Amino acid sequence: MVNVTINGKNISVKEGTTILDAALQNGILIPTLCFLKDINEIGACRICVVEIEGMERLAAACNNTVEEGMVIYTNSPKVMAARKSTLELILSEHDYSCATCARCGNCQLQSLAEEFGLSTDVYKKKIRKIKWNREFPLIRDNEKCIKCMRCIQICDKVQSLGVWDVCGTGARTTVDVKGGLEIYKADCSLCGQCITHCPVGALHERDDKNTLYKALADKDKVKIVQVAPAVRAAWGEELGLAPEKATIGRMGEALRQLGFDYVFDTNFSADLTIMEEGSEFLKRFSDRENNTFPMFTSCCPGWVRFMRTQYPELVPQLSTAKSPQQMFGAVVKSFFAEKIGKDPKDIVSVSIMPCVAKKAEAAYENMGSDERGRDVDIVLTTRELVKMIKAASINVYTLEDKPLDDPLSDGTGAAVIFGTTGGVMEAALRSAYFLATGANPDPDAFRVVRGYHKGWNEAEFDFGGAKVRCAIASGLNNTRSLIEAIKSGEAEYDFVEIMACPGGCAGGGGQPIHPYDSFEYRGELLHKLDSDSKLRFSHENPSVQKLYSEYLSAPLGEKSHHLLHTDHEGWKIK
Amino acid sequence: MARQKIQTVSKVEATVDRLYEELGSRVNAVSTNSCPIDVALGFVRLCHSQSCGKCTPCRVGLGQLATLIESVLDGEAEMSTIDLIEKTAESVYLTADCAIGYEAANMVLVSVRGFREDFEQHIKSGKCMCQFDRPVPCVTRCPANVDIPGYIALAAAGRPEDAVRQIRKDNPFPVACGLICEHPCENYCRRQMIDDPVNIRGIKRYVCDKAGEVPAPECMPSTGKRIAIIGGGPSGLTCAYYLQLMGHQTTVFEEKKHLGGMLRYGIPNYRLPRERLQSDIDCILSTGVEVKLNTRIDSPDELKKLKEDYDALYIAIGAHKDKKIGLENEDAEGVISAVEMLKAIGDGEYPDYKGKKVVVIGGGNVAMDCTRTAVRAGADKVSVVYRRRIADMTALEEEIFGAQAEGAEILELVAPTRIEKDENGKLRGLWVNRQMIGEFKRSRPAPKDLGENETLIECDILVVAVGQAIDSDRFAEYGLPMKWDQIDADGFAMIVGMDGVFSGGDCATGPATVIKAIAAGKAAAANIDEYLGFNHIIESGVDVPKARVYDRQPCGRVNMREKEAGERNNNFDPFEYGMSDKEAMQEANRCLRCDHFGYGCFRGGRTHKW
Repeated sequence: MVNVTINGKNISVKEGTTILDAALQNGILIPTLCFLKDINEIGACRICVVEIEGMERLAAACNNTVEEGMVIYTNSPKVMAARKSTLELILSEHDYSCATCARCGNCQLQSLAEEFGLSTDVYKKKIRKIKWNREFPLIRDNEKCIKCMRCIQICDKVQSLGVWDVCGTGARTTVDVKGGLEIYKADCSLCGQCITHCPVGALHERDDKNTLYKALADKDKVKIVQVAPAVRAAWGEELGLAPEKATIGRMGEALRQLGFDYVFDTNFSADLTIMEEGSEFLKRFSDRENNTFPMFTSCCPGWVRFMRTQYPELVPQLSTAKSPQQMFGAVVKSFFAEKIGKDPKDIVSVSIMPCVAKKAEAAYENMGSDERGRDVDIVLTTRELVKMIKAASINVYTLEDKPLDDPLSDGTGAAVIFGTTGGVMEAALRSAYFLATGANPDPDAFRVVRGYHKGWNEAEFDFGGAKVRCAIASGLNNTRSLIEAIKSGEAEYDFVEIMACPGGCAGGGGQPIHPYDSFEYRGELLHKLDSDSKLRFSHENPSVQKLYSEYLSAPLGEKSHHLLHTDHEGWKIK
Repeated sequence: MARQKIQTVSKVEATVDRLYEELGSRVNAVSTNSCPIDVALGFVRLCHSQSCGKCTPCRVGLGQLATLIESVLDGEAEMSTIDLIEKTAESVYLTADCAIGYEAANMVLVSVRGFREDFEQHIKSGKCMCQFDRPVPCVTRCPANVDIPGYIALAAAGRPEDAVRQIRKDNPFPVACGLICEHPCENYCRRQMIDDPVNIRGIKRYVCDKAGEVPAPECMPSTGKRIAIIGGGPSGLTCAYYLQLMGHQTTVFEEKKHLGGMLRYGIPNYRLPRERLQSDIDCILSTGVEVKLNTRIDSPDELKKLKEDYDALYIAIGAHKDKKIGLENEDAEGVISAVEMLKAIGDGEYPDYKGKKVVVIGGGNVAMDCTRTAVRAGADKVSVVYRRRIADMTALEEEIFGAQAEGAEILELVAPTRIEKDENGKLRGLWVNRQMIGEFKRSRPAPKDLGENETLIECDILVVAVGQAIDSDRFAEYGLPMKWDQIDADGFAMIVGMDGVFSGGDCATGPATVIKAIAAGKAAAANIDEYLGFNHIIESGVDVPKARVYDRQPCGRVNMREKEAGERNNNFDPFEYGMSDKEAMQEANRCLRCDHFGYGCFRGGRTHKW
């Protein structure tokens, strides 16, 4: 242990503790800006500087360690003046048109400016713009960038893609796509983790709200929306709605108020995915000789993009099942269109997703047909939904908790956990066990696959004599380690679930942004929804059963093949 | 009424002087990362601030040049801007009244011509592609990329054994380099921005002295691959060491009696004591290297056989051949080459020059080694003959001062013309012509003849130290591509078109430094491993202590002390004293830890393995 004094308080912390942690552990707050625990501890912004007795210069608290006898002041006049000056310098190269910024009201820089009580611009503003393709689902505004380097570090260390890099030296140093590439050529998975870890509004998703407003205003169209599982665990966060109040029913009411004719639940197509993907797995598994293992899940478009650019040779091992979003869209524009007697082209198919990559996925060439049009026309993130609710002045506290619309809203507990790492695997195992043995397992029999793991999680299950070896990874660096282990023969699996974002969609790149990671908490909410569900097996979803009996006939059948499966190489990265 | 004021320095002048001085040290600690155009802009701006403002080209032109260069940096320029910069600079160069203007413009011309592609790239892409990717200057400038802040921190933490392990991750000659490395690292040490570079070599020497014997790490499991290494000098032995650690079996073929190459046959004992060199070699051999001494691979056929018998070949024969100066009577008895002289000493045969006059021709480190050896061999008088000025010598300053202190005389600006021998063919002396220094040729001032009469410097021994050549004919015959007498290996120590044959060190670059030879051996080991289909990783297993925060206030650099000249000039014993604990601690704590402070804690601060 090391004994130090911070602001007159004698404290004792473990050797090697940073000044920041030592203070925090003892309830002393030090402001930070570029700091991201374990990811970005580089002392770049200099907001966290503190005074150490005996030293003339100030030291960054985030990446310097305490020493025996250190006497530290975290808010002395010298520290306060220096921090304020630094903040003013940061602001001099930051375009703070806050009112029109995606992060207005949720910006660490804005909060600091408010906390420090800044009143006037001290320095001449030097703002530098860099051209960007505004059609791309991920947008970077250089004029907002404060060079904290977090995006670089997240993409490097957590997602192993290195899309971002430091560009230039000296005064012109900034962040840009690596090697000066156009973003679409940089192997970006569109996971959006750089967005959710950006302290300001320099990174954000393409704003599709206006496209949606326009569509909602079209009286001749039937407006249908689906809501992904993970959205329900997060949408209330920025609306001040407690989790028990932030139900899918209330969200549905808000969506109706926004002008949707039908509010459906992606849970429906998550169950449908299990039927298709689970059957596909059993089919491959029963014909081991003619198939290569493992089979990989295909629900996460960030992961599919990663596979396309990083391991193109493994793409054939992806399940051919479309993601739940796309299955949903295809069902809406076929089965449902028939049901309500509408031309699919008169239907606007919208999805609310915790994800940025979904925006790209919906636009892939093969995600639709000439007859149906696009399966999903517009994709909004959870954040965009929250903004629309706010813009419409919807009082979320008074919303009624009503069921969503028929017939595409039934979803089981197995579907809702699609929104968290291990969930797709667990749901698949529940139904695969049934399909293989003819009996339902205990719904919690596969709980070991739950939760975020550094590296990956693995489990082996006995399916009536046959052993199924499973692995689950979330976060693309973890994914890369897993795939490398599989490629080298160090690890062998039959079925592998991958989600691009750490923790799965709960921590998705389209989710509300906080200064801390929230995926574990949201994941627990989803598991609670599962355990509270009456139905916890995808194959027991009555609407899905009905869809098969009325329309598709059986999983992997002819119609399913056209509507619910896809060729993952059938679209261009652009 | 007084009519003349004594000139005094005002506070402003003194402060500006200090700024310029700081600027000088800052420029010395030059960054390898800066954008060249940004540097050019900074340069022009500084020059412009020096303008008196009288003449147009300087007052206006330099400012316009700065604006134009800035537009390139800001991505606002067009291709024609480059021509405008060049045209303007040329005009300022031709017309400015004094050097403040025309020299500034000249440097802009040098820049725009020297890195025109960078200008073009900036304009084409609208951005700068330069990257600050080598944040630790000492490590960047060390050819072997030794983790200098790492071992200095270990030294400061009182962990000399770990410091040695950390050095050995990149360089298996810590003891030898602690004693004789040319330390290019120090030239760029960021500490210069505060006071003086850290005494890096001194700290390396200190940890080696302190640690004593540190066993080599365990070798990885055997791969069954066999590699032949021709030449047992620093490069060959380095390659052998890392390949052994990777689990390969190496055999070193050395034509001389002992291992060590130029470390033994080029550097005298008083600088690198044999037993200290041997401690490095012993550690390297402890990994299981097979050694065949007195074995010269002498013919293309033998090379062919080696290539067949082994899985890969590394050629590191160094540069051990004499270079003749080409003077009349160079065959006289008493004329010897530096290589011959130092080789004999390497084998333990010390010359006896008692009662003799010795002249050494040359201005490099080898010439100084010969000079100081001759002094120690008891010569009555030792003189160095050099065509240029002492200031132009390529030898390290400390070597020159050392030689002078030990009693050698350096005759600058004298050019040898011919050698005088007696009727028995014995050397009588060296005829020289006095020179004056003149205009620059290839960025160096060249000497020219003063036109005076030749004078004779009488001597009994004449040592010719004008460089070494490479004994490489048989390799050329074997079919290796050559550049002059050098083996033409690429930047990966590979021979293009000859699979499995690698070469590095002096024989591939011409005579250079020990650390460069070591670096080549290290690269060759990695690339041979890769060539053999492996990816073995070398790491030290040592945790480097975290950087400490404290003010780095100015503090003088501890230099190594030497024995006084009179005590050292009559024997071949080592003369440099290592640092004391107290000195080493102070010096180690001067390190700015660029691996942590600055860009280092973000990227490129430490290469843990290779």
